[in-house]
Amino acid sequence: MNAAEIAGRIRDHFPDVYVARDEVIVLVDRGELIDALIRLRDQPDLSFGFLSSVTATDHPGKDPRFWIVYELRSVEHAHRLRVKVGLPGDDPHVPSVTSLFPTADWHERETWDLFGVVFDDHPDLDRILLPDDWEGHPLRKDEELGGVGTQYHGAFIPPVDERTMP
Amino acid sequence: MPVERYEGHLTGRTPEEVEEEVRKGVMLTTMDRAVSWARKQSMWPATFGLACCAIEMMSAGAGRYDLSRWGMELFRASPRQADLMIVAGRVSQKMAPVLRRVYDQMVEPKWVVSMGVCASAGGMFTNYAIVQGVDTIVPVDIYVPGCPPKPEMLMFGILKLHEKIRTTGTIR
Amino acid sequence: MDAARDELRGVPHQVRDRVTGEVRRETMIINMGPQHPSTHGVLRLLLELDGETVIRCKPIVGYLHTGIEKNTEYRTWVQGVAYVTRADYLSPFFNELAYCLAVERLLGIEAPPRAQVLRVLLCELNRIASHLVWVATGSLELGAVSMMLYGFREREVILDIFEAITGLRMNHSYIRPGGVIMDLPPDGPRMIAKFLDTMPARIDDYERILNDNPIWLERNVGVGKLSAEDALALGVTGPILRSAGVPIDLRKDEPHSGYETYDFEVPVRTEADAYSRYVIRIAEMRESLRIVEQALERLAEPGPVMVEDPKVGWPVKLSVGPDGIGNDEAYLRHIMEESMEALIHHFKMVTQGVRVPEGEVYQAVESPRGELGMYVVSANEHRPYRVKIRDPSFVNLQAVPTMVEGGLIADAIAVIASLDPVMGGVDR
Repeated sequence: MNAAEIAGRIRDHFPDVYVARDEVIVLVDRGELIDALIRLRDQPDLSFGFLSSVTATDHPGKDPRFWIVYELRSVEHAHRLRVKVGLPGDDPHVPSVTSLFPTADWHERETWDLFGVVFDDHPDLDRILLPDDWEGHPLRKDEELGGVGTQYHGAFIPPVDERTMP
Repeated sequence: MPVERYEGHLTGRTPEEVEEEVRKGVMLTTMDRAVSWARKQSMWPATFGLACCAIEMMSAGAGRYDLSRWGMELFRASPRQADLMIVAGRVSQKMAPVLRRVYDQMVEPKWVVSMGVCASAGGMFTNYAIVQGVDTIVPVDIYVPGCPPKPEMLMFGILKLHEKIRTTGTIR
Repeated sequence: MDAARDELRGVPHQVRDRVTGEVRRETMIINMGPQHPSTHGVLRLLLELDGETVIRCKPIVGYLHTGIEKNTEYRTWVQGVAYVTRADYLSPFFNELAYCLAVERLLGIEAPPRAQVLRVLLCELNRIASHLVWVATGSLELGAVSMMLYGFREREVILDIFEAITGLRMNHSYIRPGGVIMDLPPDGPRMIAKFLDTMPARIDDYERILNDNPIWLERNVGVGKLSAEDALALGVTGPILRSAGVPIDLRKDEPHSGYETYDFEVPVRTEADAYSRYVIRIAEMRESLRIVEQALERLAEPGPVMVEDPKVGWPVKLSVGPDGIGNDEAYLRHIMEESMEALIHHFKMVTQGVRVPEGEVYQAVESPRGELGMYVVSANEHRPYRVKIRDPSFVNLQAVPTMVEGGLIADAIAVIASLDPVMGGVDR
């Protein structure tokens, strides 16, 4: 099914559905996330049973601050869908989907590591890419890029995020 | 590959080397030269390939660009048996203590070649995750720039290292 | 008395518990890596062993974390290509392709047909090069040292082709949003045709060495089984999934860049062990040769390789100069002496680049390791807002405990070799 058909099929259960650039995007609340994924997986003409990736984007100053993005794919019908959950900045908790999709294990660990989003009921929520004693969550927009300023021929070049664009 | 021409190139000894020899006496300098020659003849690199530069290092050891011409095709897995560490690739903050530990386990005399700009200075990744230059952790003898350096560039760097070893006096 | 009895049975007496007199059985926890000759890069494995059998296995990654995704947020869209290409460094063209396809979707443009043919040609050559590195290093780790030299010998020919076309052997920033940066050099088609002539015989050589080799069979047949349900549940894609009988290949299921117009097969096996993955990769090399041949025929007609829109296409025209690829003399004369507007346009495009409208896109391609996806978010700026790389090796490594536990420790090496992980993609 193409994007418009999928959107039409699920609009009854999911009021927040829109189609952009040939993709279907569904917005759900974190309380309904697990039920929504189960419904999307079990309905025979949708059968979104393959989770490609779990990630997050950070929009500081806006509400919701974090958007958790789940990319779903159907093995039988070869179509895709995106589920997004919005989280407030001061309470970034979302239920873990590892009980439904075991592949989400490392994706959620990476999102915790880089963004600080807590996945409740995750079997082993530890840092995965950064050292275990690292402080901070680097991919948040309020964390700096880091790296030292470079000295060359007497001139000083600041790190990348402190340079001004021409 | 450009070769440096300096005075004494044909006899194998620079004027400074000759003077040094006269000072130390014939016995010690002959042994000195012999030891330096032996050290550079067949250095065994330790496997420390990290990222893209590691693939170019493997290409340098493979058939076309043959490191075996200098007896270096044998990459030793155990650092105790190696005397050269080619840091090939970007060193992340998590890998830095491992790098230092492997360097400490190597037995003297040991040398370090920093291959690629990521190992030499952080490369294009001036950010929180990469050590900006591996010379902040281990002492480096030769820096080979490039992203990644062609195997010929790595070989040139290794030959420069051989020159450096050959001209280093070890016995006082 | 106990010590004497143990001596007779061959059990060292220290193994007995002093108090109860029973023989102690303990498991041993050992650490493989991150610096290890056989773990395919900086991968660390924590193994709990009972003798030689692996009871539990935990892969620990992150030793190559480079912060690529954070860096792309501080650079222009075209500079992002240079960052993204170094994630999975054995298949750089695929990283660039996924990123550029995502950016083009956000811009609402399509690359010209000749650029698409060039992209397919280089990607399939990259697939062959990546599988050659896999067969070389995989064989080296299992002890077949000659295969290492043969694999790298062929790869050098492919890298010569890459160097003639893009100027670099690895990590080319050749595929850019809007097309590719340069057309083929004059002797490009001849080099590729010569490669196509010699390569099939070389692949026959590899099969002659490895296919019926008893040691290769012993070490790979029946090792590292991963059933189709487990693979799909763990998110595994690529040759590992196809070795379990699931015929998913994104080149056929979600085609892009004209893949639907090429005639090729997707090899699928059902045994789901390391040997079937080897067979699939060798077969994929042959199929890629077919695609390269068809792409080469289509390159007979000339055409533009970068989109015409001046707000998007890279302004500089490159050509082969005396010391490699550099700026075209005629173009330099044009911007420096003839036209001020062209100079200003060139300056703005190179320093600021294109402004991409707001939106988000997920684009997936079939890299040699599986589904490589890019989730690109734009906030109507000159630089990306978020670039997330869904790397296949990162997800495939989650299957290592399932495949390794219960087997021997030497099989763990064979399993990881058959997975073909590239740690640059895992850690980014």
